[in-house]
Amino acid sequence: MSIALVIMITGALVGASCAIVGTFLVLRRMSMMGDAISHSVLLGIVAVFFFTGSRSPILAVLGAGAVGLLTVSLVELIYRTGRVKEDAAIGLVFPALFSIGVILVSRFPSAVHIDVDHVLYGEITFVAFDRLTLFGVDAGYRSFWLLGAMTIVNALFVLLFFKELKLATFDRGFAAALGFAPTVIHYALMALVSATTVVAFDSVGAILVVAMLIVPAAAAYLLTDRLLVMLGLAVAIGSGSAIGGYWLARWIDGSIAAAMAVVAGVVFVACFLFAPRHGLVARYVQLFTVRRAFARSLLLSHLRLHPGGVSMETIGERFLWSRRMTSNVVTAAVQDGLVTDSPARRLTLTKLGSVQAQQVPGH
Amino acid sequence: MMMVELGVSSPLAAVVAVLGLEWSYTLRNVVAGAAVLGVVGGVLGSFATLRRQSLLGDTLAHAALPGVCIAYIITGSRESLPLMIGAGLSGLVGTLFYLLITRTTRIKDDAGLGIVLSTGFGLGLLLLTYVQNTGGSGQSGLDRFLFGQAASLVRNDVITMSILGAIALATVVLLFKEFKLLSFDPDFAASIGYPTTMLTILITALLIVAVVIGLQAVGVILVVAILIAPASAARQWTDQLSTMLVLSGLFGAVSGAIGAILSSQITDLPTGPAVVLIATTLTAISLLAAPRRGLLWAAISRRRHRQRVQLASILHDLADAAAGEAGAVIPLTDLQAKRGVPGRLMTRQLAMLASRGLVARSINGREGWSLTAAGAEATAEASRRERVWKQYMARQMDLPVDAIHYDATEIERVLPPEALAMIEAELRAEDAAAIGRASDVVAGPPRRPSRPTARPGQAP
Repeated sequence: MSIALVIMITGALVGASCAIVGTFLVLRRMSMMGDAISHSVLLGIVAVFFFTGSRSPILAVLGAGAVGLLTVSLVELIYRTGRVKEDAAIGLVFPALFSIGVILVSRFPSAVHIDVDHVLYGEITFVAFDRLTLFGVDAGYRSFWLLGAMTIVNALFVLLFFKELKLATFDRGFAAALGFAPTVIHYALMALVSATTVVAFDSVGAILVVAMLIVPAAAAYLLTDRLLVMLGLAVAIGSGSAIGGYWLARWIDGSIAAAMAVVAGVVFVACFLFAPRHGLVARYVQLFTVRRAFARSLLLSHLRLHPGGVSMETIGERFLWSRRMTSNVVTAAVQDGLVTDSPARRLTLTKLGSVQAQQVPGH
Repeated sequence: MMMVELGVSSPLAAVVAVLGLEWSYTLRNVVAGAAVLGVVGGVLGSFATLRRQSLLGDTLAHAALPGVCIAYIITGSRESLPLMIGAGLSGLVGTLFYLLITRTTRIKDDAGLGIVLSTGFGLGLLLLTYVQNTGGSGQSGLDRFLFGQAASLVRNDVITMSILGAIALATVVLLFKEFKLLSFDPDFAASIGYPTTMLTILITALLIVAVVIGLQAVGVILVVAILIAPASAARQWTDQLSTMLVLSGLFGAVSGAIGAILSSQITDLPTGPAVVLIATTLTAISLLAAPRRGLLWAAISRRRHRQRVQLASILHDLADAAAGEAGAVIPLTDLQAKRGVPGRLMTRQLAMLASRGLVARSINGREGWSLTAAGAEATAEASRRERVWKQYMARQMDLPVDAIHYDATEIERVLPPEALAMIEAELRAEDAAAIGRASDVVAGPPRRPSRPTARPGQAP
């Protein structure tokens, strides 16, 4: 398998596994908690290396998972004292844990097997050289096994507990009332976010993983109102951005992980502008359409009350419309055969116009 | 001479000398730069945390990275001013984009922050690696913007930082009243005609200035800590905004200076993480030990309050059982049955009351306790206070008498003497009326709500 293909598949798996849990972070308004976890798991990874000397991914996942949950609990603990607001509590905890991790990495790079660049960019270029050996047999690329397993675990969790997750996300109180234990769901999700971050760490580093967690999910959120569809779209956008990022990075000769984040950002901006219902353009079109429809209703009702005909000027003055607005509204109505413009410049309703005028609400 | 110019006081030089360090040119710059950052970050971070926007600082710091790289690509200069301008502009663009996506779509604040933060940082890293891969080795100087490298600060950097910081602080001083109102009650500020949109833009711009100052010293990833930690620490020590700003600036400067000194002396200790850990330690100490708000103090005062309530309840029980008479002996077992607390705890509490001369122990066959004259008086006084308090609350606060549970022992602190006198007169009139009715009708109305409802000094 070519190196490029291995990197792209690895990236796509990162995108998929992150997007699944990221969807719930975005919906539960916990994106910044995801940011905090992704920073602080560095400490978990480093601490496991530092104290056990082992490079076992299982241990790293466990250690980082523990630190991830520690982050969440610390934030909640500090916030619950009432001395510090929630956003500040997040901003107190993760820089501290991350700092300890960075200091360990900078001071003892050989003891922890990673350096600062690894923390920032990951080392996705090396995944093609990292093969897993099981019982003395070459079993393929390590990244495929790890990320593939993580993606499957995340997907299974979401599918098996879909109902619970959905309810706990959209109506926590009701979920608790029905006995769905939203707190357990919450911590399980946080544990999965931590584990996913660790597994993605080698590919994209500790910070860019936030882009993979949040950005595809947010883009998908603009495209659909259905949870399952949103999950599917987020996975597609995440994987697609990873693959696109590889080519972008090759093109401009930069970091692959960073390029993945940038492509995800570009996809988000595209969705932000052009999403069918929630995009900026669509919203302006909606606004424009509603305004025009309302203006036409006003025009028709007004003409219905004045069967003798009304001049364009009077209408403009009556509704405080600009000359251009008046002319646009009247021209469109004339074109649709609702209003006739008599030679004396007086507007009256056509037959079709009277029928429509009767349907205007409020008359 | 240069020391004076850089505004670094000689006591600091003395401290450094005690630590056995040479007060060198580099160290001076490092300490001065970190201290400037700490002051500005601490002051502006206070407003950010009060306005619940502290993570915006994180986002715009990350979003500033592309600007640093673009400024470098355009100017080819490693001078700090152009890079800082690039950082500021790019942070501003990031903030505007955050506002745009959160105001015009269904994307919420947290996701908006996360999106701008992560894509901004991704773009910055992509440009950084592009610069490093295409240019020579000299370009790697941009690395210092990631985790901060206070040791790389030269005198010109410090002067630029100080001027920017002075402008930011002067703006805060000039517009103190406006910023204060904006932070605590923006709706009211708007209603009395303050230009709140302009003020919000200005205060955000100042936050960008603080972040930009911090980039070289602490780095984009951790600069948020210098905004949040000193402000959160300072908040624990005071309720006054002005004091909080001063303290926060002080904490920031101390963390910055100490972190910078440590990082310049210990190899491979990046400045950012060092500063952050010191600032976090200060915050942890403040959260635990600050007077009044500190968690330790709160635990102590909760304990004291609980004890006071329990002691008052025992006195109350004794008085009830003895119909208020001093000297009437009540068996210990009766008291215990009433209160339902472990026997040893009750014995200890009774002993405490005895040591204050309020109750007396008598063993006459079996153990019993009685109120002393002083105890009877104190109990009567306590129930008088409780009644006054309830009356006041019911009148002035429109609360039903049964809903009022409040520590009545501090009533004189709350009510002026005239009000006390007035309410007492009212109560006497009520009592007289009640006695009058009681003599008319055979059974008088109960003068006190039946037992389990209100009791002196139950916390609300």
